[in-house]
Amino acid sequence: MLRGDLEGDDLERYVEERVVTTKLKDLQNWARSNSIFPLTFGLACCAIEAPISIVTARYDLARFGAEALRASPRQADLIILSGRVSIKMAPVVRRLYDQMLEPKWVMAMGACSSSAGMFANYAVVQGADKFMPVDIYVPGCPPRPEAVLYGFNKLQRKIQGEPDPGWRRRYNAAGTEEWARGGPASTPNPKAAEAYQTAREQLRA
Amino acid sequence: MPDAPGLELIRGEIERDRPGAVLATSFDRDQPALIVDPARVLDVLSWLRDTPGQGYRFLSSLHVADYLPATPRFAVHYELLNRDRVERIRVKAMLGDPLGEALPEIDSCVELFPTANFQEREAYDFFGIVFHGHPDLSRILMPDDYVGWPQRRDFPVGGEPVTFTYNEDARG
Repeated sequence: MLRGDLEGDDLERYVEERVVTTKLKDLQNWARSNSIFPLTFGLACCAIEAPISIVTARYDLARFGAEALRASPRQADLIILSGRVSIKMAPVVRRLYDQMLEPKWVMAMGACSSSAGMFANYAVVQGADKFMPVDIYVPGCPPRPEAVLYGFNKLQRKIQGEPDPGWRRRYNAAGTEEWARGGPASTPNPKAAEAYQTAREQLRA
Repeated sequence: MPDAPGLELIRGEIERDRPGAVLATSFDRDQPALIVDPARVLDVLSWLRDTPGQGYRFLSSLHVADYLPATPRFAVHYELLNRDRVERIRVKAMLGDPLGEALPEIDSCVELFPTANFQEREAYDFFGIVFHGHPDLSRILMPDDYVGWPQRRDFPVGGEPVTFTYNEDARG
């Protein structure tokens, strides 16, 4: 459009139709909700439905911008607890969660990770929310891939609304990332620092 | 699969070579089993493995059962297989419960059958059976700091009561 093509009310309407104003925070949340990187992670039989089925062409998680499954918790935003968490696995799952960088979300998928399902016994944690904050629960045994996608959409909605239930703090799960040198939860490792210095000096020489 | 007379023949031969090792036999649902003295279980297993004409060289499974009201309470089952003739025989060693903190004990057969290594660890993990001579008898499936022997019949099942519609009034 060239200058002078539209005047007065026509110009006003033109701008109204084409320009959206928002807050930077909302824009950020909108971007976050549409670029979630799930962790490549399976616990039990639900893993067939969640990280495997929903990325296939039939269900196609890429429609929601989450087709990039990351193999490292440090690159992932979302951990899908796909199956029962045994009491031996619970510390490992919590460690994975702690290693993920903010912002991060958790989906408890299926009856087992939500409430232990049929495994009311000595070996299984009775719901993953016993030891880590869970953002969304998807019922089913196992849930259909459509149900997982619906839960995923709900999670996107939640991210855009940015509710803060205070769970992270209650579970002592904020600022737990371990970095190689000096993350919030890292303990200084003199040996690693020394090795780093030595390597630097050798490179320089 | 040895039939009932065949099982008695095997028992007779063991009685000749290793007197007193076999206490009884059982032939239930076409499955032959030798019930042996727990102190001499290795005698019987090595005899079945090494005697020409027997050749049960494959330990297809080692597991424990808890027959709680009965005494002796525990049974260690060794499922042996002859892979040439595809014949199976079961060896059972019945172990009493020593009560209190003490654990039932039996000799380890890892020297005879290396596959027994993990299976004996599993039996120890779930039933608290101590296998003497095992190279590394530690928990294998449960966490190392777990307390108790969860597959014993007198062990609580665990879990949490769940509110359903039929009991929500009672549970609130």
